[in-house]
Amino acid sequence: MRVRRPNPLMEILRPLGQLLLFILGSSVVISGITILIAVLIRGTRTDMDLLQITLVLLPQVLIDGIVLGFMYATIALGYTMVYGVLEFINFAHGEFFMFGAFAGVELLIWMQGQGWLPADQSVMAYVFLGLAIIVGMIVSGTISVTTERIAYRPLRGAPRLVPLISAIGVSFLLQDVMRFYQSAVNGAFYRSFPTFGGFSERITLFTLPLDGRDITIAIQLTSIVIIVAGIVMLVGLNYLVNATRLGKAIRSVAQDRNTSYLMGVDVNRIIALTFLIGGALGGAAGVLWAFRFTRADPYMGFLPGLKAFTAAVLGGIGSIVGAMLGGMVLGLLESFAASYLSIFTQGAFGAEYKDIFAFAILILILIFRPSGLLGGKTTQKA
Amino acid sequence: MRMRTLLLTVFVITALLVTACAPAPEPSAPAPAATEAEAAPAEAAPTEAAAEEAAPAEAAPADAAAAGTVIKIASQTPLSGPQSVLGTAIKNGAQLALEQNGSALQEMGFTVELAPYDDQATPDTGVANAKQIVADPAVLCLVGHLNSGVMIPSMEVYHNAQLAAVSPANTNPTITERGYAEVNRIVGRDDVQGVVGETFAREEMGVTSVYIIHDKTSYGQGVAEFFRQSAEANGMTVLGFEGTEEQANFDSIITPIIAANPDLVYFGGIYSQGGILFKQAREKGVTAQFMGPDGMDSSELASLGGDAVAGMYYSSVAGPANVYPATEQFIADYEARFGEQTQPFAAQGYDSMGICLQGIAAAMEANGGQLPTREQVAAAVRATADYPGITGSVSFNDKGDKTVATYFVLQVASADPAQWNTNQVIKSLDIAAP
Repeated sequence: MRVRRPNPLMEILRPLGQLLLFILGSSVVISGITILIAVLIRGTRTDMDLLQITLVLLPQVLIDGIVLGFMYATIALGYTMVYGVLEFINFAHGEFFMFGAFAGVELLIWMQGQGWLPADQSVMAYVFLGLAIIVGMIVSGTISVTTERIAYRPLRGAPRLVPLISAIGVSFLLQDVMRFYQSAVNGAFYRSFPTFGGFSERITLFTLPLDGRDITIAIQLTSIVIIVAGIVMLVGLNYLVNATRLGKAIRSVAQDRNTSYLMGVDVNRIIALTFLIGGALGGAAGVLWAFRFTRADPYMGFLPGLKAFTAAVLGGIGSIVGAMLGGMVLGLLESFAASYLSIFTQGAFGAEYKDIFAFAILILILIFRPSGLLGGKTTQKA
Repeated sequence: MRMRTLLLTVFVITALLVTACAPAPEPSAPAPAATEAEAAPAEAAPTEAAAEEAAPAEAAPADAAAAGTVIKIASQTPLSGPQSVLGTAIKNGAQLALEQNGSALQEMGFTVELAPYDDQATPDTGVANAKQIVADPAVLCLVGHLNSGVMIPSMEVYHNAQLAAVSPANTNPTITERGYAEVNRIVGRDDVQGVVGETFAREEMGVTSVYIIHDKTSYGQGVAEFFRQSAEANGMTVLGFEGTEEQANFDSIITPIIAANPDLVYFGGIYSQGGILFKQAREKGVTAQFMGPDGMDSSELASLGGDAVAGMYYSSVAGPANVYPATEQFIADYEARFGEQTQPFAAQGYDSMGICLQGIAAAMEANGGQLPTREQVAAAVRATADYPGITGSVSFNDKGDKTVATYFVLQVASADPAQWNTNQVIKSLDIAAP
């Protein structure tokens, strides 16, 4: 009996196609709803043409939303990876993310001190950025594996809530370790990402007229880097899990730990590797986050971590592509809510209500699809 | 089914956490001891500058009973976290004043000490520290805070304990409007500062429309509100008024600004957010001019904002130390003592401490050289009249406001943080407290 071998090329193309389709679909849906609202309440504002403003802002809001979605998605991959194998929510993941960000930022600050970082765009700028991401991955991966060994493995047989609480404890511990270190060494909590390589340059896509002005719709180079990195992470992880021998072992542990142990899989090693991969992904996401939003601080992991966890649940926790899709939905919802709420409500509700709005919609989605967008019986486990 | 319930529960909790946790400006955490400064009075022997302080040096014959009694003056400012640059400057200024001018009380037979506390710019921590401070009977006066949002809840504690508080930096009107006999400030108020900023924007910068963003704290939202009221009253178009607690990701706030195309973006808040907001706004193509209140006043603004903030204007209740005529000696002493440049509010910290020391000395004198009660010190501090501070003469009115405060409009000179102290005062106005 021949086992069907997965086609490596398919394993690369399939998630890409799914992601692309989903981004397209959700963008169209959310844009459509927004335009519909704008048409419906058009008459309420006399001082400006609501529909025109909505349409002119739309491309920029979409771009911002998709970039934010990729940011959440890259963090969500780590949550979903660990959950898929252990059915355990690793609440310390946001702190692995934060450590990765600091490692990358500190490295780049040091390089800047050595005068190595080029001010303008060059290949070396990408090399150094890549180096920072790799260092972030190594640091976060190491911390992740260590945490698993010390704080999670001894609790593996315990009831579900016990390791969860252990994870929350680890999360506080790591935050304060970094805060203590930063305030002892630098006197301040946060570190700014060095400006180099001309990454903040905007690439103008097109311009739209509004009230006799030209609104330029543009995407920053940083955003493109993040999208590319996000796609590489998704495809790489998906390939690793679905098309390699190690991936097969991971999937077997996810499916049935005891049986795979009987089949000769070293379960402890596989779980440690899962944490290594999950932590490394978190570290890369951390460096990218600091790269995009220009700073790292010890508490930076908390909110993005919660939102990425939400994204993972929304996408169907345990599913790799699902995490990506969940992040995208959350990013788009947030971006649309923050940009349009104040315009539509004439300032009565501003951008500060974006989280409430986004989460209200997410709760609605989960009521109708409790196992997430891609969850359910057919969950393709990480 | 159980799985479904569990996930939903976790999810709702998550949603609650996200919405509920957000308001804290900076997540709180235990304070690291501010180690560098209070180690020892060091070599800074009282210089000639001490003489100019005109502390009542009658040197009453030391009461034998009082000999060696410790008097503490507490300070509460953020010594850690993103706003520690300003908070540390206030503490250092206060410490310098104590070292230079504490001798009057020493001669009366008391040991005076500074007890610095770190409020982390967080209301909870400020109140917790305040309770510790009032529980120590040796504390007779307090210098603090930096943030109005921290001062407002903390001052309830000082009021209940009748502990005199002299604020070097709080500008929210509420602080003195509650009419507490203990709470005073040596700087101006936001209801005036907002108007000063708006008037400057309208008349000197020639802007006709503004987009206002604030940080949702008492201070930031307060001053932004006053700016908006004045703008609306004077015919400037207010295109938007948004609050945000984001520290780093301002994308979705900036997009509506681009659509609204204001002449001016006003940010009511502190530099740690403002610098990044202005930088991202400029990068995303906002061409408006930028402006902010005294919360912008730190070299960190330049290091975070870079070119985006060079040339922007900000209003302030505290000019850089070099605009005051009497501060030359102070700047030299500060740099010699702490090995770094003065930051905004350092001179105000110095004066607040001076007023505390003078108040304690006056109360002690009235008490026949005995240790005064907190109530007596509070009364003496409130009675301060024509105190010759380095930031100008200080008299308190019956609310605790400085009778005539100076307001400034400054321009950021350069994107280089090291050049921050060369920022020029474009305009300064003396306005009586409302």
